[in-house]
Amino acid sequence: MATNTNISTQQIWSLLEKVTDPEIPVLSIIDLGIVRAVNHSEESGETEIVITPTYSGCPAMDVIRMNIRMTLLEHGIEQVKITTVLSPAWTTDWMSEAGKEKLRAYGIAPPNPSQQVCDMKLFAEESVQCPRCGSYSTRRVSEFGSTACKSLYQCNACHEPFDYFKCH
Amino acid sequence: MSNNRQILSDYVLHLADNALILGQRNSEWCGHGPVLEQDIAITNISLDLIGQARSLYQYAAQLIGNGATEDRLAYLRDAREFRNCLLVELPRGDWAVTTLRQFFFSAYQMLLFQQMLHSSDTTLAAIAEKSLKEVTYHVRWSSEWVIRLGDGTEESHNRMENALADLWAFTGELFVPSDYEKSVADNGIGVDVSSLKDNWLQKVQDVFNEATLTIPTTTWFQSGGKEGIHTEHLGYLLADLQFLQRAYPGMEW
Ligand SMILES: [Zn+2]
Repeated sequence: MATNTNISTQQIWSLLEKVTDPEIPVLSIIDLGIVRAVNHSEESGETEIVITPTYSGCPAMDVIRMNIRMTLLEHGIEQVKITTVLSPAWTTDWMSEAGKEKLRAYGIAPPNPSQQVCDMKLFAEESVQCPRCGSYSTRRVSEFGSTACKSLYQCNACHEPFDYFKCH
Repeated sequence: MSNNRQILSDYVLHLADNALILGQRNSEWCGHGPVLEQDIAITNISLDLIGQARSLYQYAAQLIGNGATEDRLAYLRDAREFRNCLLVELPRGDWAVTTLRQFFFSAYQMLLFQQMLHSSDTTLAAIAEKSLKEVTYHVRWSSEWVIRLGDGTEESHNRMENALADLWAFTGELFVPSDYEKSVADNGIGVDVSSLKDNWLQKVQDVFNEATLTIPTTTWFQSGGKEGIHTEHLGYLLADLQFLQRAYPGMEW
């Protein structure tokens, strides 16, 4: 494996498309919007990847950091520094449209635009579209789903239970 | 370590300990929740709290230096060195105790982090910004449970009343600043917790109105946790939490 020094920032962004979320493998970290910057210094040869967590306690972050390193290493990029920033805080608005489509195809309802629902109203339920049959007649089973970023819904039309990637 | 740095690290540890201890306490429900969905909910809240604790411990470790790490701070300090409020270390009790305590604490955390967004310390401001989004969910989830049980059946209402009787005396400590909280508040780094009390009481009143519960009139409150004087419950909790690192130092998996 040769050290690759002639790589552009744009190529590094493309390589990061190959790093996926270990809990939702159809989504890349680019789709998720958690890569905030790629800084490649031609002088020192060091590449800095700036990422932000979806949730403070997201257990996938350590794996994602390792996978970024491995993927870049496979392409000869050895000097990698991964910086984690908390502010500005990640929002589902940063998820790409392509990412939302992949989620839907995978059976997870993609997040609604955040201004719709990120409020404090008690017992409020978002109108979430069933990813299977498209019905909006769905109900929330639980605020929290299989991971911190999802909640659990069920469709009243086709009765399919599904995860909703909740707005954040 | 300079005096100011020492005070700041005490403050950050206090915030971290609150989050860790409640996260650990709630995690006792894992596999024991009343129904699967709520088991998942309370353990996700635990995960959020432990995540917040990690960010804070990492910052504290940086301030303390001398080889301090987030793991050492969580796993190798004794009860007397923990600065969490007594409220978070109390036993999980029944579902009413767990959800009412979560409501009291999350409502406090929300007001705290809203103020901390303006901290002159950019790390604390960033942690507050990140945590606030999570806490918003916690407040909503716990408020709904307080209302559901308080305004539910005779049995669930009684459970809520008993929980309130058990917990109320431990809420006052949240709003009485320790010396390190006073110092960091004066510096524009920390939050003056005494200024949060009126808004907190208003939030409690709003939810209690719907839950058909009454705020107790007692004005005597327990305190001591912020200075490391704890109830007997913390020692047992830490024995659970720290066992592995105490028995097998440096163990990883
Ligand atoms: Zn459907």
